[in-house]
Amino acid sequence: MSTANGAESRPGFFARVWNFALELWGVLIRPSSVFGLGVLVMAGFVAGIIFWGAFNTALELTNTEKFCTSCHEMRDNVFAELKSTVHFTNRSGVRATCPDCHVPHEWTDKIARKMQASKEVWGHLFGVINTREKFTDHRLELALHEWARFKANDSLECRNCHSAQSMDITKQSPRASVAHQRFLFTGEKTCIDCHKGIAHQLPDMRGIPGWQ
Amino acid sequence: MVRKSVILLLAAALVAGAGSLAAQTLNSGLRGPAPLNDEGPAPPMMPNKNTAEKEVRNYPEQPPVIPHSIDGYQIDLNGNKCLTCHARARTAESQAPMVSITHFMDRDGQFLASVSPRRFFCTECHVPQSTSNPPVSNDFVDIDTLLTRAAPGGRR
Repeated sequence: MSTANGAESRPGFFARVWNFALELWGVLIRPSSVFGLGVLVMAGFVAGIIFWGAFNTALELTNTEKFCTSCHEMRDNVFAELKSTVHFTNRSGVRATCPDCHVPHEWTDKIARKMQASKEVWGHLFGVINTREKFTDHRLELALHEWARFKANDSLECRNCHSAQSMDITKQSPRASVAHQRFLFTGEKTCIDCHKGIAHQLPDMRGIPGWQ
Repeated sequence: MVRKSVILLLAAALVAGAGSLAAQTLNSGLRGPAPLNDEGPAPPMMPNKNTAEKEVRNYPEQPPVIPHSIDGYQIDLNGNKCLTCHARARTAESQAPMVSITHFMDRDGQFLASVSPRRFFCTECHVPQSTSNPPVSNDFVDIDTLLTRAAPGGRR
């Protein structure tokens, strides 16, 4: 770099990248003279399956309780709060893990949510909620996002397990049975309207409809 | 010599007494038959009453008991789950009894617009009821029964 001679013999970094890209493009658009069309199609097909599988596997890895709680923001706040609730331990031993409630199960919706989650990666990298104090300061905002999502999709993630059709109200307490008949079965309300703060602690509820 | 024999007799009496005491089973109401130096088996944990039916108060000033489950109900600075049904504005939808008007009163007897902060923490006075049998019996008699007993058929 220091001598003019060296600069002449090696082109600059961007020039080299550009030359490589041009060469690659040339290779890619040239028809194959070695492999048959069928071989290429089959190879492309197999490679596609492998790529798809790897992509989905990687996606599912980010959809586990272990992955979510690998960040201390989740482990020390929301996960710690979940542990005392019925969605963590209960008589039948079924546990709702983080993605069961917070990631849509439908593929397209899931991808959309995963793209939104890039903002959460940003938040993690820049420490938006990296202390308990910062987390509680943001709790209302975070909760409002989740309530809006549940409200918009008619509490879809609740209903993946709790469906109104399979709900036996004779097995419920009188209070629950009456409320579900009046508000859930008529479609007047959706789960999240009444069941807020069932898995995590509540933010400041002043001004939230139904709360004081 | 006499003193020595007295001491011996006393010791013998003590040993005999202790023996007969140990032979008895101490049946304390809360402990059950477990010996004092043993920890007995824990009684099973009974679920709370969840009938949502009003229970009678034993005296007029008694805070009414909670006839339903309140598992996981948050009552703190951020929110009060009880008030989402029992607050004045919520009772039409929930059909739950409204918090008593006394709860709107501050300590100077002034009525506030909503539940007074000193009455905010419901479970300080109102508690859910267990379905277990009371380990200690209770012979409490309410005032109506007492007055009837004092003057049967008479004026109260």
